[in-house]
Amino acid sequence: MRLDLLPRDDVSRLREWLTPVVAFGVALIIGGVIVWLMGRSPVRAFQVYVTEPLSQGWAVQEILLKATPLMLIGIGLAFCYRADRWNIGAEGQFVIGGLCGGGVAVLTHGSGAWWVLPLMLMAGIAGGMLWAAIPASLRNRLGVSEILTSLMLVYMAQLLLDYMVRGPWRDPKAFNFPQSVMFDPAATLPPLLAGGRVHWGLVFALVAALAAWIVLNRTLLGFGIRALGEAPRSARFGGFNERRITLVVFLMSGGLAGLAGVAEVAGQIGQLQPSISPGYGFTAIIVAFLGRLSAPGIVLASLVMAMILIGAENAQIALKLPLDLARVFQGVLLFCLLGGEALTRHRVVLGRG
Amino acid sequence: MILARAPQPLVQLDGIVKRFGAFTANDGVALTVNAGEIHALLGENGAGKSTLVKILFGLLQPDAGSILWQGKPVRIPHPEAARALGIAMVFQHFSLFENLSVLENLALGLPGRKADAALSRDAAVLARRYGLALDPAASVWSLSAGERQRIEIIRALLQQPKLLVLDEPTSVLTPQEAEGLFTTLEQLAADGASVLFISHKLDEVRRLCSAATILRGGKLVAHADPRRETSRSLAALMVGSDVTEVRRETRAQGKETVTVLEISSLGAPSPDVHGVALRDVSLKVAAGEIIAIAGVAGGGQTELFAALSGEANRVSTGTIRLLGRNITQASITARRDAGAAFVPEERLGQATLPRATLSDNLVLSLPRVDSASRLGWLDRKGLRERLSAVVSAFDVRGSGADPEARRLSGGNLQKYVIGREILRQPKLLVVNQPTWGVDAAATQNIRLALMQLAEAGAAVVVISQDLDEVFAIADRIAVMRAGRLTEARPTAAVTREDVGLLMTEGVVETHGGQRDAA
Amino acid sequence: MAFWLLVTLTIITAATPLLLAALGEHVTERAGVLNLGVEGMMIVGAAAAFAVAILTGSSILAILAGLSAGMVLAALFALFAVGLAANQVAAGLALTIFGTGLANLIGAGFIGMKRETIPSLWIPGLTELPVLGKLLFGQDPFVYASLALAVGIAWWLRATRGGLVLTGIGENHASAHALGHDVRRLRVLAVLFGGACAGLGGAYLSLVYTPFWSPGMTAGRGWIALAIVVFAGGRVWRLLLGAYLFGAMNVLQLHAQAGGIGLPSQLLSAIPYLATILALVALALRDRRRQSAVGSLGQPFIPDR
Repeated sequence: MRLDLLPRDDVSRLREWLTPVVAFGVALIIGGVIVWLMGRSPVRAFQVYVTEPLSQGWAVQEILLKATPLMLIGIGLAFCYRADRWNIGAEGQFVIGGLCGGGVAVLTHGSGAWWVLPLMLMAGIAGGMLWAAIPASLRNRLGVSEILTSLMLVYMAQLLLDYMVRGPWRDPKAFNFPQSVMFDPAATLPPLLAGGRVHWGLVFALVAALAAWIVLNRTLLGFGIRALGEAPRSARFGGFNERRITLVVFLMSGGLAGLAGVAEVAGQIGQLQPSISPGYGFTAIIVAFLGRLSAPGIVLASLVMAMILIGAENAQIALKLPLDLARVFQGVLLFCLLGGEALTRHRVVLGRG
Repeated sequence: MILARAPQPLVQLDGIVKRFGAFTANDGVALTVNAGEIHALLGENGAGKSTLVKILFGLLQPDAGSILWQGKPVRIPHPEAARALGIAMVFQHFSLFENLSVLENLALGLPGRKADAALSRDAAVLARRYGLALDPAASVWSLSAGERQRIEIIRALLQQPKLLVLDEPTSVLTPQEAEGLFTTLEQLAADGASVLFISHKLDEVRRLCSAATILRGGKLVAHADPRRETSRSLAALMVGSDVTEVRRETRAQGKETVTVLEISSLGAPSPDVHGVALRDVSLKVAAGEIIAIAGVAGGGQTELFAALSGEANRVSTGTIRLLGRNITQASITARRDAGAAFVPEERLGQATLPRATLSDNLVLSLPRVDSASRLGWLDRKGLRERLSAVVSAFDVRGSGADPEARRLSGGNLQKYVIGREILRQPKLLVVNQPTWGVDAAATQNIRLALMQLAEAGAAVVVISQDLDEVFAIADRIAVMRAGRLTEARPTAAVTREDVGLLMTEGVVETHGGQRDAA
Repeated sequence: MAFWLLVTLTIITAATPLLLAALGEHVTERAGVLNLGVEGMMIVGAAAAFAVAILTGSSILAILAGLSAGMVLAALFALFAVGLAANQVAAGLALTIFGTGLANLIGAGFIGMKRETIPSLWIPGLTELPVLGKLLFGQDPFVYASLALAVGIAWWLRATRGGLVLTGIGENHASAHALGHDVRRLRVLAVLFGGACAGLGGAYLSLVYTPFWSPGMTAGRGWIALAIVVFAGGRVWRLLLGAYLFGAMNVLQLHAQAGGIGLPSQLLSAIPYLATILALVALALRDRRRQSAVGSLGQPFIPDR
């Protein structure tokens, strides 16, 4: 048996936008089958993963909280992926952002000055940019694949954070627990609504989404990014500097991941710990694709993915389903998206031969 | 050797239909090739010749129609089946592997063969018999287009084919190399094999072939004996109407004019191991002048274009001046600002983004401060207005008001790309392969537009492998080979044979061993 | 002397899973496919092998389970990256994410369990020879298999028609197709072979290297294997060298931590990752002007029909 791909002549916009929706639906069905194979009720799982997080007030708040880093990182990644630059180390850039921003909080502990928070945010962004600039420069100067270097830097970032919270920045009063001091109020990202848990990071994320939309669709830089991703020779012919664009997309991506990292420690965790991310940097890769690398799409996709993450936490308790099921689902979802993309562009014909 | 015997049909294709989506590439085509005959398959670009031979070679499956091989109906589901029948193919875009050796390339096209001494011996036997010298250990990337074609031909002959199919084999050859190929093919036919020769060049078909099948727009137009037709009558069959060839009037020489482009002793290292280094290239182009740079593929034309456009700044020695200004190290954008415009060889993926609309694609060739953008913002309205100017001035036809670039036919897209540059009213236009793969009507339109641009006072540099084109439109002709450029000579003062020799030999040695390349 | 022998022996064990995974990816990439899912295939191989080992008690079945688990994941990748011509980088990432999750699901029930490692070769007389005896005749079956595989692959690629066709397909898929080679079928086979090797490498980790299951136990070895393939630049002997260098790096860093040489353990743990980056940089500096070996690597192929 053979499988042939025939190009479709015209693909409507509606069809293009329906692709991720259908892919998500298919992924849910496959997820249901996996749950069923594990001996649980898929219907009940659907309730826990999807319906309940959407119907309960506290859960909606948790969704927004988890969507914040996914949105920020995902938007940054969209710049890279549109330019065909494979930054898969956003997790590391996130961790370094948290580490640098958190470091400011630790080092200024007790000062309570107004400038602490802005400085933290800037340090977080700068840290993420720096971490992302390494793979970008190695690619620009030496032609080293950014895929492997950006990923190796994830492990190094995690080890660096681990060292800092067990070593120099450990809270001396924490009974040898590997964690930093709790941040001062002046070093904490305030909640959007008094008493709520959703913090200003969400606003940053939405602003970033709007800015990204404008840059990608209305500016020469956005056109250059697209040109580089679609046909590098065209980009060169158009006078766009390939290396500069590579560096710019990595800096934007790293900066936004760094901002997400510092927002996470300053708005949500409140201190530095050996691990500050449940894999947001990797989940955001799925978010970026689910959102078709467009800013509005990514905003929506980050909410959907956050819902699944909350659902996974609930399912752990309610259904005794392991947290890793969410990981499996993410992988399935990415496959479904890639398959959907292929089926949008091509007609598949099964034949013999 | 005229023998009175009924011709034996070797292969008969009948009623062949092949559709790609809504597009019908072959619409009820019939073709009969007799044993021992050199048969021409004639047609313009896009007439469906390549589709038909891919069906014959099992690379494509027809939607309808029948194939008879020596009178028996056959199916050809894949190339192995074609080979088993005795069909061998020499592809237009060679099916070679750059980083592998000649011997390995031979083995890959022959079922069950390994790149060993036995294969090397077999190849050597054929090479001697047909005068096709080749070094089996050489890597393909180091070979010229003519040598690459020899690999393809030897690979085909090693299968002892009854039918040898050659798709546009002379498009990459010098006139002398083409003559050598014809001798080989005639020898083959004399040995009893049939040859299917695909071309759109009428002179060589009349010189070589004893039968012709002519396609137009995917349909069969006529069977003809090319030796009894004139080039003109064949052209009429092929194109469908009389296309008047545009030809450059001889310009008055010696008039004092402004030098627009001045290249002196330009040198640039090769961009990669497969490229060509530019050596000591010099050229002066005056306002109102069309200079053609002829040469076979891989002579350094791509690299020269890159050096002139500034796409890749690797110039190591020498200078490029545009209206007296040194632009050797300037970016492509700065060069455009200074009045230059460029049309590269790849229409999709270099001149345009395939999935971007035509209006967005205008951005690629507009200097930053031109109407495309202000301070980094795209001016979509301005772009659309500009597009309608290009579309109406150059008769660009596509579906919808602002289609994606990949939706246009080759000819229409090339008219768009040329129009985009000409409407900028450049003082210098550098064009690489202006009419490669473009239909006859669009070809004439494009050549006319280039001439009008020169009339209006611009300097035009046309890099072309098509000698007909070179002689039709150039005031002076230079030849590029192995990274060197010969002196540009007035068109009236050189013959095709002269140019062909320069394409093969490169620099002509003159007295005292001095190069006469400027 | 005994100490250095011990170090050498542990280097061999550390290098073997890397070598196995890298050999598989080498063949995959020769065919023009970039499968970034090595980490995922490896860890599922590790989990499946350990689970089957505990459930059946059979090492042979466990090894087969690891190998086939890698192949099943590779088949998934092949369906998308080759069959549907999806972006290979994205499909590889999807495979790694999927595999990491799946391995934890499989392994969840086996956390904390222990098992005897697969016994090493013991030839009375020979293995008892001083120094060389243990080195040459006292390894576990995986070590011999990995070395035999390296030699076999090098020979196959260089001397057989199959190897030539595979190279041709990776070098220029359009030409290979025009000559009638079934590009996609051969690519699927190459991807499956890569999956089997990665699964085997994973099985080695959970059956021999550390004979228990723990989540994330591959610790980036799949990615390092990918880097070793880049480092090798198409030559199998450099693949071998790369795997053993990285194995050595890993062992030295473990010994340094155990020996307490006063450097932070995190810094030592970071050495393999840092070394990967440095190796890629060193390679790039050396081969600055060389063309990458595989012409069609990473590009999907869709034949006309």
